[in-house]
Amino acid sequence: MIQAFQKKAVIVRAERFAADIVRFTFHAPDIARVARPGQFVMVLSGPGSDPLLRRPFSIHRLSGDGNLSILFKVLGKGTRRLALLGEGDELDLVGPLGRGFRFEGVGPACLVGGGMGIAPMHFLLAEMLREKAASAPRVLLGARIAAELDFLAAEMEALGVQVTVATDDGSLGHHGTVVDLMHRLEEKKPWTVFTCGPHPMMRAVVGYCGRAGWRCQVSLETMMACGLAACLGCAVSRPEGGYLHVCKDGPVFAAEEVAWL
Amino acid sequence: MAVTKPDLQVHIGSLALKNPVLTASGTFGYGEEFAPFVDLARLGGIVVKGISLAPRPGNPPPRVVETACGMLNAIGLENVGVERFIAEKLPFLRTLATPVVVNILGDSLDDYRQLAEQLAGIDGVAALEVNISCPNVKKGGVAFGTVPEMARAVTAAVKQVASQPVIVKLSPNVTDITEIARAVEDGGADAVSLINTLLGMAIDARSRRPRLANVVGGLSGPAVKPVALRMVWQTARAVSIPVVGIGGIATAEDAAEFLLAGATAIQVGTANFVNPAATTDIVAGLERYCREQNVSSVREVIGGLRV
Repeated sequence: MIQAFQKKAVIVRAERFAADIVRFTFHAPDIARVARPGQFVMVLSGPGSDPLLRRPFSIHRLSGDGNLSILFKVLGKGTRRLALLGEGDELDLVGPLGRGFRFEGVGPACLVGGGMGIAPMHFLLAEMLREKAASAPRVLLGARIAAELDFLAAEMEALGVQVTVATDDGSLGHHGTVVDLMHRLEEKKPWTVFTCGPHPMMRAVVGYCGRAGWRCQVSLETMMACGLAACLGCAVSRPEGGYLHVCKDGPVFAAEEVAWL
Repeated sequence: MAVTKPDLQVHIGSLALKNPVLTASGTFGYGEEFAPFVDLARLGGIVVKGISLAPRPGNPPPRVVETACGMLNAIGLENVGVERFIAEKLPFLRTLATPVVVNILGDSLDDYRQLAEQLAGIDGVAALEVNISCPNVKKGGVAFGTVPEMARAVTAAVKQVASQPVIVKLSPNVTDITEIARAVEDGGADAVSLINTLLGMAIDARSRRPRLANVVGGLSGPAVKPVALRMVWQTARAVSIPVVGIGGIATAEDAAEFLLAGATAIQVGTANFVNPAATTDIVAGLERYCREQNVSSVREVIGGLRV
């Protein structure tokens, strides 16, 4: 049996960044205690039937005494309703769920986050450093504009690692994509790349790693109704045929486990 | 005044349930998935994910999409097949003090007969639920659930070999559901359960593409409840076997409405995704409802609609 909980959790901190990005920090000690980087929580945005389903959010970071954060962009019905909430409000969480990143004994590590795929990277980096799983991991972050990632780049740099940034409009760092930044990695090193972001970006990252002979783990996002491997709605194709399920087999997969169309 | 616990026990044919709350097939996995969140021993029954003779991979993604007050799914009956179900899933279910109902599905009369044969006498299988109504598979499924003679034939074929009570799950995607219900009663069914999902679709206007790879899928959730209640009420008046109500049940009040409409038991489906503890919340809520209504047994509620 997986170790997961359904808990009411109070928002202890609500931060609103530019570009409709919101960060909620919950007091959820049971979930935080067992959470691993790459795992997710299913969040109910409120009572009533519309929107009906929970929304999956990767665990963005842990902090303080049993606090857990999610980072999201206001895009649809669910996130719009969530964004109306603030400090002191209580939400129903289920988690931690899924299979996270595997980084024990990994050599040189590079974290590549794009768009809202930057969300799980803070938790991943912090745990890698805490467990001394990787020495001086590299971090590459990309977004459309500076405001979508500048705050997180600063927070990750504060952990004592080098963070390199790319923006589509050139407003911060490299003018281009996060995949461009991968050219700056020393090709001889046996990198393991940990990536999360929009599907086309991850496909490019996986392609780059394939050509360089690097290992790569990807965190996938799909439509998901339950998060509990009950509905089987979150299927992704396997290269050899058949399907895996993002909620249970993932959300983190070795790049070669899934078909990249 | 002494507070006595209301009696929640009901019977589906020879199957005794400690309360009328079951899980709906396809929304509760094989039970184990919900063990971290639900005291499975408190459920009236667990209806497991539909099982076919051979494992099925299911449909290509996307398979689910949220709609107003509901969701559409086209999972495509992905399941591990009957052999692996018995070997890998049933041992855990057997440890529970809760009856397990195995939902079976096939593409031919012979598939259904073989499934019932393989499950006959198997320890831990309390009843069968025959899925003749899933709208997602191109051959078989739909025809059995929409043509009365076919529904009768498949029921009779299963009854001939089954050792457990047989519940037949009906599709709402028919002109007159009572006609199908009467046909399966005629075929020997011990009970009917309804409704399965309503066939629907969703379109992304910008990309001009369907939101499900399968184009069409089954609608479930609170959006379907009024349709389900109406069909349960009509069916309960048309047949003399027990009716198990399904469709958008998320609270004890929803459950009570189905009992009032004539259902002997109910199944909780999509609500499990929203609230993993929905089933046991409903059990507790039904006890409160019985107290409020001043009845000593939930059986006094069944069919109690005042028209």
